[in-house]
Amino acid sequence: MKKTVLYGTLAASALLAGAAGAQTLEAVQSNGELSCGVSTGLAGFSAPDANGVWQGFDVAVCRAVAAAVLGDPMAVSFVSTTGQTRFSALASGEIDMLSRNTTWTLSRDVDLGNTFAGINYYDGQGFMVNRELGVGSAMELSGATVCIQTGTTTELNLADFFRVNGMEYEPVPIETNAEAQQQYLAGACDVYTTDASGLAATRASFPEPGNHAILPEIISKEPLGPAVRQGDDQWADIVRWTLNALIAAEELGVTSANIEELAAGTDNPEINRLLGSEGDLGGMLGLDSDWAVRAISAAGNYGEIFASTIGEQTPIGLARGLNAQWTQGGLLYAPPFR
Amino acid sequence: MSSTGDPRTQTAAPKEGFRLSMLLYDQRYRSITIQIVFLFALMLGIAWLVDNTINNLRALGKDFSFAFLNTPAGYDINQRPIEYNSQMTHGRAALVGLLNTAILAVMACALATVLGVVAGVLRLSKNWIVARLMSVYVELFRNIPTLVWIIIFGAIMTESMPAPSAFRGDTPSANMLFNDSVAITNRGVYIPSIQFANDLGTLPLGVVAPSLNWILLLAALIAGVFANKAILKHATAVQNATGIRPKTWWKSLAVLVGPIIVLFVAFGAFLEYPELGGFNFADGTHLRNSLIAMWLGLGIYTGAFVAEIVRSGILAISKGQSEAAFALGLQPGKTMRLVILPQALRVIVPPLISQYLNITKNTSLGLAVGYMDLRSTLGGITINQTGRELEGMLLMMLVYLVVSLGISGAMNIYNNRIMLKER
Repeated sequence: MKKTVLYGTLAASALLAGAAGAQTLEAVQSNGELSCGVSTGLAGFSAPDANGVWQGFDVAVCRAVAAAVLGDPMAVSFVSTTGQTRFSALASGEIDMLSRNTTWTLSRDVDLGNTFAGINYYDGQGFMVNRELGVGSAMELSGATVCIQTGTTTELNLADFFRVNGMEYEPVPIETNAEAQQQYLAGACDVYTTDASGLAATRASFPEPGNHAILPEIISKEPLGPAVRQGDDQWADIVRWTLNALIAAEELGVTSANIEELAAGTDNPEINRLLGSEGDLGGMLGLDSDWAVRAISAAGNYGEIFASTIGEQTPIGLARGLNAQWTQGGLLYAPPFR
Repeated sequence: MSSTGDPRTQTAAPKEGFRLSMLLYDQRYRSITIQIVFLFALMLGIAWLVDNTINNLRALGKDFSFAFLNTPAGYDINQRPIEYNSQMTHGRAALVGLLNTAILAVMACALATVLGVVAGVLRLSKNWIVARLMSVYVELFRNIPTLVWIIIFGAIMTESMPAPSAFRGDTPSANMLFNDSVAITNRGVYIPSIQFANDLGTLPLGVVAPSLNWILLLAALIAGVFANKAILKHATAVQNATGIRPKTWWKSLAVLVGPIIVLFVAFGAFLEYPELGGFNFADGTHLRNSLIAMWLGLGIYTGAFVAEIVRSGILAISKGQSEAAFALGLQPGKTMRLVILPQALRVIVPPLISQYLNITKNTSLGLAVGYMDLRSTLGGITINQTGRELEGMLLMMLVYLVVSLGISGAMNIYNNRIMLKER
């Protein structure tokens, strides 16, 4: 008898966490706090600064959503998730949204029960090696030991890349980026592979970044973006359009510096609709009309966020590349605010 | 006195009808009532759990299916006891993980037993330094969590051992040990592997295809052990009849080692030494850092517990036994081996079973150093890539349960055999 009770209690505690509400917006508003899943620490994308405040490109999306929904960009509780725990954390309701350099794939969108709210970084998988090895191309890596974060799309791309090219490799499975960095620097693996942006961010935190080369091959498409639970369309819309607002703001020339002036009303009807001085787009989302003003004021528009967290002026030093506006030859293209 | 009113003579129960309140107030029924009520509550609880799970899965748009086990895994596993590549199924990957779990469990159990018996016996040594050294070992390892030890051993391997490139060049900064046969690097330890010139191929069993050479060697070893048993039995019979024990060591040696040597020669066995090739050492057997860290971490940690179990088992044998042995003129070593340990075993084995179970379950810590055991493959990457948390976790729980019960059952059989025979 005692045993069965124990099993019952165990099962109960395991499953109670599974109950997930459909109305995320109300839950967030009543909590007064947005619970946002981020990485365990990837410089430039999501990492706590010296004061313990989370900073970065992915963090900025969380802050913009919190500003739009709650009016306070700091009303976010960040939850560190690993490649293995992130989707469970989202599905179980532990976090309201996931903003953690997560690749949008069909199976993750459809089968894992997530809804991707857009793409905030167009990435691809690359390889980093020590320059001492004298390797100039990923095609020369046969027989190499490769550090790889488990539970990622890069793990699958890696297996495909080596198999298709008829090369051997020795995978060293690793849980977090910090651990991978330590293993790579200790020489326990010849190669570290992850998204090229992640490689740049990791390399920037090395004592001597110049000793390490990122190989020219990009072996996959890795569109990274925030994700929410499937089944709450309103919440998905809010996150999606907050991201779109950041992108559109850059295209329309709305910055954190001029937003107060522009919010009063301009000649451009698109800006007026975005910033709420014309129409009621915010109301359609279940928010007030100033939602986009607050979202953009939080950390600036997409371009400002990029420049301050991972852009060329930062230690990460990423060029805009594919992540430029469509008018600048990039892929960023926000649907119209109408 | 024939008074029926005397309460002392009224032994029969009053002939009353059954009343509902008796379910609660009558001792004869109360326990049954409580059990039935409890059973109902329990079943309701389980029903609620199942219902809740179904509802939540539906809300998430997920179904309950094990079909994912037949889809291609897509990921690679570094330590492959059986053939595996990324195009094989998740089920196959789980099997590879299970075998890795088994390999690690067997290695760690062996290490823990050897260390534990040695440390347990030596802790009782009259030599002050030896006894204190063993106390330090036991207390140090027993009182620090096993995960910490695993990570420490992993860090020692990766941080302080030379990289394979250090072995390269005319004046390498690191050298291989034992006549260029063993290389200790920060990617693991490379040891020679046994290869056969005359490969008999493999035995196709469907899921696994073990090498015929090794099956024959194993069969020869088992046959040798049984033959040796028969020889010893015969020697005992002769000793009982004549009082003189015939010399058996050369017969034992012949049946234990002879067939194996013959097979090795027939198969053309040779050692394949690890050699530098490309980025890493090629050939030989690669004991990865993850395996070594897990093996040392689990083995040495659990060895400390086994040492205490062995010590308690020895101390449980009354002093009279060793005094009697000494009186017969047995030396301390023989006293321990022939008198004390056989009796101590029956105290030692039951708690030893739970230590073996602990090791087997603790192999699931492998993820911490990237050891690809069942938890890392089925319970880690597969769950993550397919999103089948519930199915994967249930399956993993079931497998661990079956493995643990299997070990427990086997050890109980052994325990029954060495138990004190009461006649």
